[in-house]
Amino acid sequence: MNAKRLVLLVGAVLVLAGFGYLVYGGIGNNLVYFLTPSELKAKGAAAIDSPVRLGGMVVPGSVTWNAEAIDLRFRMTDGKGTIEVHARKAPPQMFRDGQGVVVEGKLTRAGIFDASNLMVKHSNEYRPPAPGHVPQEMYRSLVKEAGTS
Amino acid sequence: MGTGFDAARVLRPRGLQFFGWFALLFFLASQAGGLLLTPPDRDMGHLQKIMYVHVPSAWMSLLAYAIVFGFGVMFLWKRDLKWDLMAAATAEAGIVFTGLALLTGSIWGRPTWGIWWTWDARLTSEAVLFIMYAGYLALRAMTDDEMRRARWSAAIAALGFLNTYIVYMSVRWWRTLHQIQSSPSTVDPQYVLFLRLNAFAFLFILIWFAASRYRVARLTRDIEESVEERALRPQTEGVHV
Repeated sequence: MNAKRLVLLVGAVLVLAGFGYLVYGGIGNNLVYFLTPSELKAKGAAAIDSPVRLGGMVVPGSVTWNAEAIDLRFRMTDGKGTIEVHARKAPPQMFRDGQGVVVEGKLTRAGIFDASNLMVKHSNEYRPPAPGHVPQEMYRSLVKEAGTS
Repeated sequence: MGTGFDAARVLRPRGLQFFGWFALLFFLASQAGGLLLTPPDRDMGHLQKIMYVHVPSAWMSLLAYAIVFGFGVMFLWKRDLKWDLMAAATAEAGIVFTGLALLTGSIWGRPTWGIWWTWDARLTSEAVLFIMYAGYLALRAMTDDEMRRARWSAAIAALGFLNTYIVYMSVRWWRTLHQIQSSPSTVDPQYVLFLRLNAFAFLFILIWFAASRYRVARLTRDIEESVEERALRPQTEGVHV
């Protein structure tokens, strides 16, 4: 009975300690879902060719999208550093200038990020459009291509 | 045994039925309002409307485990099995809302984020919550000793309750693809109104579902007890029924 209680107590202490570590400890620094452009650049040569997620904002006006070749190029910034991204992927519906995005891929020797996967990070804002507002929807060019050919 | 079970005190089906119809109508009206009366979002258009299912489901998935934990504590304090049965009934409702939150999140993520699933801290911790509901219910099926089952259930409920805090804070502690919590200042008032109405609709459904399951659990237990009693009764009449 006493041994049982001890096991239970040790278990509870372990769980609480683990939880405390989660909350106050360093796991927040280790459990990084994506790096920002300036963090990736700070890694220098070590970053080249190693698979990583990169997150930041699409620099307005930097997007070139070729719907025929499914070839997307844009620059991504975190305010401090900027990296050019190249993806052979159709942009998701919400991909546009100034949007938060996360890409999966590798930094090439040429300093261009070769993305195999492209995700849009939505903000926590939900608003109706202003009158006359037309959202920038690049994916529609794909639909049009398919419709005419 | 002094467990305090009394069939007459089981929630009356009539009141339960009435509440069920009320919850259903409230839910339909709130959903219809959200779908028909709110404008499309400037970025995601009508896809925003999944919010009225996804967000309330996610809230209920967290709330239900908190309630399960509360009932678990009540059992440990009072040693009355009715609290344990209430906890189990709430967990059965909770796992449905957790599954719904994961499913609608995935459906929402594909067109807006571009992916069905990713292992960021929010999605992972919510998936862990689902597993903790499943584990809670699976463990209950593994033992016949009611008091022991109730004690262990309360212990697991404490772990699950800790995890709801991790789910809630995950988007603040870590970088995630999932955005941080919205607030009335980041969401248009029209969306907020119908989000709130739907949150109440989901809460009513959670309560109705849990109360119905609790009633079934009580009736099942009453029947089991009377069968047991009959089996143990000395057969003085000498007649098998």
